[in-house]
Amino acid sequence: MRQTPLHPAHRAAGAKLVDFAGWEMPLHYGSQLEEHHAVRRDAGMFDTSHMLAIDVEGTAAREFLRRALANDVARLTAPGKALYSCLLDEAGGVLDDLIAYFLRDDLFRVIVNAGTAGKDLRWLESLRAGGVTLRSRRDLAMIAVQGPKAREKTWQALPGLEAASAPLGAFYGAQAGDTFIARTGYTGEDGFELLLPAARATEAWQRLAAAGVRPCGLGARDTLRLEAGMNLYGQDMDESVTPFEAGLGWSVVLDGARDFVGKAALQAKKPVRGLTGLVLSGRGGVLRAHQKVHAANGAGEITSGGFSPTLERSIALARLPAGTAPGARVAVEVRDKKLEARVVKPPFVRHGKSLIPES
Amino acid sequence: MNHPKDLKYTESHEWIRAENDGTLTIGITDHAQEALGDLVFIELPELGRKLAAEEACCVVESVKAASDVYAPVAGEVVAVNSAVVETPADLNKDPYAAWLIRIKPAAKFDPAKLLDAATYEKGLA
Repeated sequence: MRQTPLHPAHRAAGAKLVDFAGWEMPLHYGSQLEEHHAVRRDAGMFDTSHMLAIDVEGTAAREFLRRALANDVARLTAPGKALYSCLLDEAGGVLDDLIAYFLRDDLFRVIVNAGTAGKDLRWLESLRAGGVTLRSRRDLAMIAVQGPKAREKTWQALPGLEAASAPLGAFYGAQAGDTFIARTGYTGEDGFELLLPAARATEAWQRLAAAGVRPCGLGARDTLRLEAGMNLYGQDMDESVTPFEAGLGWSVVLDGARDFVGKAALQAKKPVRGLTGLVLSGRGGVLRAHQKVHAANGAGEITSGGFSPTLERSIALARLPAGTAPGARVAVEVRDKKLEARVVKPPFVRHGKSLIPES
Repeated sequence: MNHPKDLKYTESHEWIRAENDGTLTIGITDHAQEALGDLVFIELPELGRKLAAEEACCVVESVKAASDVYAPVAGEVVAVNSAVVETPADLNKDPYAAWLIRIKPAAKFDPAKLLDAATYEKGLA
């Protein structure tokens, strides 16, 4: 299995390590629930070095990404601004989801998922024209520091980052010496994502830990992103669904003359399914991926589900027939029972607070 | 890991304590709670339910996955620990205090048919 530069630090901290997309990564360091709460209430950090940064360089970088991505990087006019987008195939299926940062007119940085990184690189390379080069940045490690205290603890641990990052608005990044620091994340909390030279990752991790930032594993990362209503690639969407069927229609720019890969296919077919949130009404079980859901207008399936530590009840994302509206009641097959769940609009939790309307 | 010597064990990771009144108290082992991770949901059987040996009788569900708990021998459910349904994390804190059910065995209980702590731990290696 592949290992990130922080692997020895995880091992030393007693992490339970698991295979994630071919990488040996921490699942938790003792208690997934405590790690989850640390991020909602204080500050936690994740090793995300298995994800890949790809630098898109050259005079045609912007035009290339306008064609390659379903969202439109023409929206990025201020340096450092980030944009969430799907990468589609010609049929409109989701190849990956990513964040693109606009750094300079001739430089964008795209962060893609670990399990899809190789496929993405080959796909982008196949779309590439003159005036653009793609550079894989495996020389960089990534640490996500998240939580209400994440910013102040990051500055306490790494004072050199404060001047560059204090003015950053949400979804902006800036270079601070050898570190790229962005006010982004995957938890529904404030915080930073740091990209720094691999050789410096362990020192930064240890300084953050000494400042009281709790190391968190993939387990907490999953429950945090689920509460935040964020999709996980490979679980909530893949090539077999379009962004509109994955709750990501907001990230697709169909208007205007711009052509992009998958646009014609998206325009040709009306989505018959959508992704929505579910909250289990009682406490009779736990919603899990692949459980069958019966709605008034047809059947669907849970794509991600689990126990929400913040809400202390079970929540899920489910792909249901289009038109299943918030407030509707559905029945979920949980083991040998049919349990009632309520349809809600994600996210479930933001900045430590429940967004779920009372029944 | 902690697997007390005065208890009996199964390959499916239950612990069994023979009580003076002839009943058996059943829970999940330290290894089981560790492997499952933080527990978030527990379902216990109805009082009076008659169980066959190796019948699934409880559900313990963690942040990661659901798992069945099996009756080590045939018998009737005479008590359930309802407190753990409210606070499943008790099973992580002390899996031997946080018992699940107590059964009255249908036949005379033969402890030799279950694993002792050393044999159970050898099976985990």
